[in-house]
Amino acid sequence: MIEVKGLTKYYGELAAIHDLDFSIERGEVIGFLGLNGAGKTTALKILGCVLLPTAGDVTVDGIDIARNPHDVRRRIGFLPDTPPLYNDMTVGRYLKFAAELRGVPSSEADKAVTEAEEKTATRDVHDQPIFSLSHGFRQRVGVAQALVHKPKLLILDEPTSGLDPVQIVEMRATIRALKGEHTVLLSSHILSEISQTCDRLLVIQRGEIVAQGSEQDLSDKLGGGGTIEVEVVAPSARAIEVARTVTGIGECSVMRETGGVALLSLQGAPELRPKVVRALVQNGIDVLRIDRGAARLESIFLKLTKDRPGDDRRPQ
Amino acid sequence: MTTALLIARRELGGYFRSMTGYIIAGLVLLVEGVLFNAFVLSAGEMYSAEVLANFFYISFGTTVIASVFISMRLVAEERQTGTLVLLTSSPVHDWEIVLGKYLSALTFLAIITVATVYIPGLVFVNGKVSLGHLAAGYLGLLLVGSAALAIGVFGSTLARNQVLAAIFSGVIIVAVLIAHLLARVTDRPIKDVFMSLALYARHFPPFQIGAIHLRDVVYYVAVTYVALFAAIRVMEARRWK
Repeated sequence: MIEVKGLTKYYGELAAIHDLDFSIERGEVIGFLGLNGAGKTTALKILGCVLLPTAGDVTVDGIDIARNPHDVRRRIGFLPDTPPLYNDMTVGRYLKFAAELRGVPSSEADKAVTEAEEKTATRDVHDQPIFSLSHGFRQRVGVAQALVHKPKLLILDEPTSGLDPVQIVEMRATIRALKGEHTVLLSSHILSEISQTCDRLLVIQRGEIVAQGSEQDLSDKLGGGGTIEVEVVAPSARAIEVARTVTGIGECSVMRETGGVALLSLQGAPELRPKVVRALVQNGIDVLRIDRGAARLESIFLKLTKDRPGDDRRPQ
Repeated sequence: MTTALLIARRELGGYFRSMTGYIIAGLVLLVEGVLFNAFVLSAGEMYSAEVLANFFYISFGTTVIASVFISMRLVAEERQTGTLVLLTSSPVHDWEIVLGKYLSALTFLAIITVATVYIPGLVFVNGKVSLGHLAAGYLGLLLVGSAALAIGVFGSTLARNQVLAAIFSGVIIVAVLIAHLLARVTDRPIKDVFMSLALYARHFPPFQIGAIHLRDVVYYVAVTYVALFAAIRVMEARRWK
């Protein structure tokens, strides 16, 4: 769906993004993850045909964005970090205007508006003026305008920015519901949002992609030799003593210990899980649960950005 | 072109959905009425044609000032509030955005201008002026408004906010308004260039007295074209920034 090669954007002397390479398959939900000023918004604006790149090739659905931006714009829906809403219009009128602007024939615009409102749960505010909407509804109407013309690619820049927890959960559900029908590219600096919504992550730092893959891929690549989580009915010290007897198990730590049940984190390859269980059981320790302990996204992200501090002075 | 009209329709609706449009229209009509009362009706006896010419002289000023205020919001406000992205991320050419906004502003100005017709209407009923004089004067006002609005659209594309847009447009309009003064202190051929650029001195007085010269029409159309062309180029250049 999207092929990006050597994408570079300079603002004066400053490279906001530099030599980005990635591709996105049709129907995927991709998360652009990065600190503030990492270059996410610039990259999304270029993909949304709002900005022109300084160098590099970008094709959307096989169409070059520099040569045929018009054709690309017909295929994309773009929600910038601030939803582009006309406060003086009602939701229905605004969405109809957005639909017609993107080439939906006037006779079909009402139907397109209804569908977009149903997908984003904004049908109830159809006749309401936009200035009277809550932040959550404004964000949803922003998503509705992006998909009202049924684009193949949806680009959402920080779609949950400023929403309360309930609105965040609702927005996540809305985005997940769009999967399949649309390819979705969204950005965020909120790790939990990315991990719960996206199939794959592109981690951007100082204008460069520093890692990409699913959360599990990144966890496997960057989580060292991996970790094992095991829950046992025994004092943690005793369980750790036994676990350490298994060859390959390194550092062990207690994650939680309550009511005689201990949750341990063991450094070691996930393949060692049968041996660990065997050792514990043979030593009279009951095992309630054992699993591969994926490195949490936060720790992956911190690892990736540890030696590359974010630069808030970088333009968006 | 359809897209430009779509944008124009939305913009025009925006003038009437917000207070801004009514405030501008109200102020223009009020100022025009007050000035006409103060400087024309109180000036003693004069021919109807002179009264009408003076009305168009006053209307020239209010039209130019109204154009600056009408046009300052067109692009700058959208940039300020972030709504411009809706247009720039849609399959819309930059010329369609500029043209749509210009057409909406011109239509709104035309509505205000038509609303002033009661003043020359009174002169027409109570005095002796020709319909041709009236028509020529209003054509002149629309042409001046068109040129000033186009300059305003250009200023609005340059600025980050409405105040700056009004300042940019105001400076350019004042520059072309006083071009004839520069003509007085320069020699040919520079003198001719300044004189031909003058927004009022060279090109509007014929309309005031009911005369339509092709060169004046061409001048205002040319200013409109050049300013809109520059605005389109600024919009295109901003995609690189």
